[in-house]
Amino acid sequence: MSQGILVFIEEREGKVKKTSLEALSAARKLADTLMEPVVALRVGTGSLSANLAQYGADKIVNAQHELLKTYSTEGYCATVVQVAQKIQPRFILGSASAMGRDLLPRVAARLGVGLAQDCIEAHLVEGQQLECVRPVFAGKAYSRVRLLMAPAMATLRPNVFAAGVGDTARSAETEPFTPELNPAQIHASVKEIRVSAGLKIELTEANIVVSGGRGMKGPENFPIVEALADALGGAMGASRAAVDAGWIDHQHQVGQTGKTVSPTLYIACGISGAIQHLAGMSSSKYIVAINKDPEAPIFNVADYGIVGDLFAVLPALTDAVKKLKSS
Amino acid sequence: MKIVVCVKFVPDTATKIKIAASGKEIDLADVAFVVNPYDEYAVEEALKIKEKLGGEIVVVGAGSEQATAGLRTCLAMGADSAILVSDPSLEKADSYVLGTALARVCRNLNPDLIFFGKHAIGVDNGQVPSVVAEQLDLPQATVVTKLDIQDKSFRAERDIEGAHEIVEGSLPAVITAQKGLNIPRYASLKGIMAAKKKQIAIQALSSLGLSAEDVKPRVSVEQMTLPPSRPPGKILKGDVSEVVPQLVKLLHEEAKII
Repeated sequence: MSQGILVFIEEREGKVKKTSLEALSAARKLADTLMEPVVALRVGTGSLSANLAQYGADKIVNAQHELLKTYSTEGYCATVVQVAQKIQPRFILGSASAMGRDLLPRVAARLGVGLAQDCIEAHLVEGQQLECVRPVFAGKAYSRVRLLMAPAMATLRPNVFAAGVGDTARSAETEPFTPELNPAQIHASVKEIRVSAGLKIELTEANIVVSGGRGMKGPENFPIVEALADALGGAMGASRAAVDAGWIDHQHQVGQTGKTVSPTLYIACGISGAIQHLAGMSSSKYIVAINKDPEAPIFNVADYGIVGDLFAVLPALTDAVKKLKSS
Repeated sequence: MKIVVCVKFVPDTATKIKIAASGKEIDLADVAFVVNPYDEYAVEEALKIKEKLGGEIVVVGAGSEQATAGLRTCLAMGADSAILVSDPSLEKADSYVLGTALARVCRNLNPDLIFFGKHAIGVDNGQVPSVVAEQLDLPQATVVTKLDIQDKSFRAERDIEGAHEIVEGSLPAVITAQKGLNIPRYASLKGIMAAKKKQIAIQALSSLGLSAEDVKPRVSVEQMTLPPSRPPGKILKGDVSEVVPQLVKLLHEEAKII
């Protein structure tokens, strides 16, 4: 008899990821309708940087094992599966972060169940079945899928589900868990993490993204884009044209063969708006386009646009934003 | 070294998507198909490893017989042989069922390395590689941007948020390719001619010995829709000294973002 929702909580550099809190909050909403508990599972025993009870956990499982000191797909998978076998959740949720997308499909495979990957919406049907909406064709279509076997699994797209402020009055019991792990079962693991220079805020999690395209004319002009991104407290992105021209690293690329972003504000500078670029950012809440070509397709999706010379507009916009913020 | 590359034939990225009459899939009329762009990085990496360490590359696809065109492209790039697991049901199979079928084929091939692209454009799932790795009890490294292979081990760099992880593990392993791993070669004319003589073996799904439980769907698509259309926006024209304050005002007062 499965019940409750298990949420995998990811931590990086000792901090709970905001995207995990989003998944936890989403689980709380579903659990409230089901009137069932939410169990948060994290790997580690140190103090948590966020109050998981506040965001919806009724119970927090702290999994620890010598073999879990660094991430391994197989070690973490065995841990999640063993906890799931113990508590028999109705659903297992997590963030569609890099770790989530690597780990949770393996968990689903081990449990022999389906998983809805990178969802933008989750709801209950027929009382207790999980249905999710997920973008397909890089966001050119939405697919509503139903998970047919228990536990139903889903990863949630970052920055779509609100983490909210939660309820500081809530409390949760904590429980340690030591999985049974055998080194012979772990054939690969993380040896080192190298922070990337130049990517201050992760694009896929950013609330504001400012991107530069072919209109930037060269790598030496991307600091203008970065200055606006910094003033807004956002991340810097780029079109494929700029990346392929070697003007900026591909980790900034937004689009069908780059990253998919879902910020509250997306500012496209000197980007014409090819289908493949739109596929990566069209679910942004507000889109602003700055382009000297009034016919650029980007203006068809923009909420606000400036037809003009971005080399004049961007610095002026950066100044205006700074003035507004300091007033 | 025996390398398997699993390859998917997918709608071109430039495709304008329309929903089919059933409301549960896209309309495939007039859609051009290509080898999944991420799978090209996988094929190229296999070719580079073969050039360095010797061996054999088998490309594997699953679906209807149309997919042989995609496999032929990979053979033209330099893969040695191809297998298509043929069954129309595999065109719409979920990741678990598709992965289970591919895992069975891979098990029979007994490879040292199994490559995938990080996800297939279209369903954008990225789950099949994990199903294959799980069922073959292999380690996996996904979204890999750099790979070093030794006789019995691998070292991979993979993309995570704002950083790169270095993963080390043993072979055999499942690796999924990310953009930046390499620059895929174009098939040469010589390669295209040679590909005509290379074998594409068609295996029926029923010949794989999968059970009814193996092929039972885990996920059903209930409906496919186009995203909500956006209303026309406010396009500002005029002097920078006018439009910039106008935009800031709109973002502050109307959109309330800054």
